[in-house]
Amino acid sequence: MKDYSEHSPDATVPVHLTLNGEPVSVDVTPNAILLDVLREQLQLGGTKKGCDHGQCGACTVHVDGIAMNSCLRLAVMCEGQEVTTIEGLAEADGRLHPVQQAFLERDAYQCGYCTPGQIMSATAMLDDERIASDDAAVREAMSGNICRCGAYRNILAAIQDARQQMQGADPARSDLASEVRS
Amino acid sequence: MRTFAYARADSVERAVDAQHAQQAGAFVAGGTLLLDLVKLDVMRPQQVTDISALPMKEVAFVDDDRLRIGALVTNTDLAHHPDVRQHYPLLSQAILNGASTQIRNMASTGGNLMQRTRCPYFRDVAAACNKREPGSGCDAMQGINRMHAVLGGSEHCIAVHPSDMCVALAAIGATVTLQGPDGTRDVDFGNFHRLPGETPHQEQDITDDELIVALTLAPPLAPQGAAYVKLRDRASYEFALAAAGAMISLDGDMIGEARLALGGVATKPWRCAEAEEILRGQPAETATFERAAEAALADAQPLEHNAFKVPLARQAIVRALRDATRDAKEGHA
Repeated sequence: MKDYSEHSPDATVPVHLTLNGEPVSVDVTPNAILLDVLREQLQLGGTKKGCDHGQCGACTVHVDGIAMNSCLRLAVMCEGQEVTTIEGLAEADGRLHPVQQAFLERDAYQCGYCTPGQIMSATAMLDDERIASDDAAVREAMSGNICRCGAYRNILAAIQDARQQMQGADPARSDLASEVRS
Repeated sequence: MRTFAYARADSVERAVDAQHAQQAGAFVAGGTLLLDLVKLDVMRPQQVTDISALPMKEVAFVDDDRLRIGALVTNTDLAHHPDVRQHYPLLSQAILNGASTQIRNMASTGGNLMQRTRCPYFRDVAAACNKREPGSGCDAMQGINRMHAVLGGSEHCIAVHPSDMCVALAAIGATVTLQGPDGTRDVDFGNFHRLPGETPHQEQDITDDELIVALTLAPPLAPQGAAYVKLRDRASYEFALAAAGAMISLDGDMIGEARLALGGVATKPWRCAEAEEILRGQPAETATFERAAEAALADAQPLEHNAFKVPLARQAIVRALRDATRDAKEGHA
């Protein structure tokens, strides 16, 4: 249990995070939003601001491994938590996460603005055994990430490719994935 | 964005005390409602009390076969909880029909009960809204009211209650446990949300210094079939134009017990008691379902742009009852 504490509106509060695997301390005002703190105080611009109201998913990050809209979270509430952004997915040697690699190979974007959020949602979903693996379930689970370029078909194909890759199997394609490729 | 003081609570008692000392305080758990509305300047808390670390995350049956759900259980965890999936499938379905994965991951059970309307006039501080600013009027009445309520409205407010989860709760039946400075009290879920009447700003039976600590469901209907049918402008991540949650138990080809509630068409989660009465003891067939749907919508008062919701809700009801019956026949639970 965290201790009781009180902070006035203008005071800054130290927040201790594990950010992309590294311990980080940052001073924030009580009303500071996690998304803004990541982008403007911690200089991590990969997480994008789209609607700023939880309607588009561009700001999706993982908090303790769970996909969340960082635009609807107070930074001060993340005390002691692990935050992972798109910058934290690749290996230290630069090898991309299988989902990132699949997005490249499948050309799963046009302008790329929603892509970090799409990838953060996809990686969390692939780790969540409660979500089924068929195309319909993936579409439903990804519906909180809007792509205004309309790259949905290739996004779906990339996610299903990455699923196969992460299971260590040959990248056998889902029906839709084969259709897109051909 | 306005500033506010922040307190991190380490106990329910301290959270309630911190709130009691405030003129304009707000609790925050998932934050999906509060921070959205603070950014829009619709909610203006001077202090926010963070309850997210409090020990209210358990889901367990209490001794009389009722499932008790801690107020901080996330929508995602509740929808996927084995006891909910097995004994309260309507609740699981309704939750998974609402919002997005990310929002469900953040949003809490208590927060869902406190969810506020998506009425665009409520969300726009330049518009007149009796719910946001009592006595200022209602711009929806003569405005674009395609999304608004056909049931439960008043001349002061026609804003729709947005929750899917609460539609299932209305059908299932539940008790809301609140803790305030003077101890705890229980409120029947059916009375927790208020009709707008002349006081649309008073949305729930809860005071500013009370905290929802738990929700306790009525014993499961068994054996039962369940179905949640939600009709909306896009296939996912959209609020309902009309939604129906149904539970049916069968006695041969006849309906034993029936429960029906509506979303997207009413000012509060809408239990259809008269329709349930029509269903009980009758053949589980389309003609019966259509009679129930007629009864459920009998008091509907359409506005300029939302008359389509009446036949849409009728179809949602018939489909939900048909699907719940099929589910019951297939031997669920």
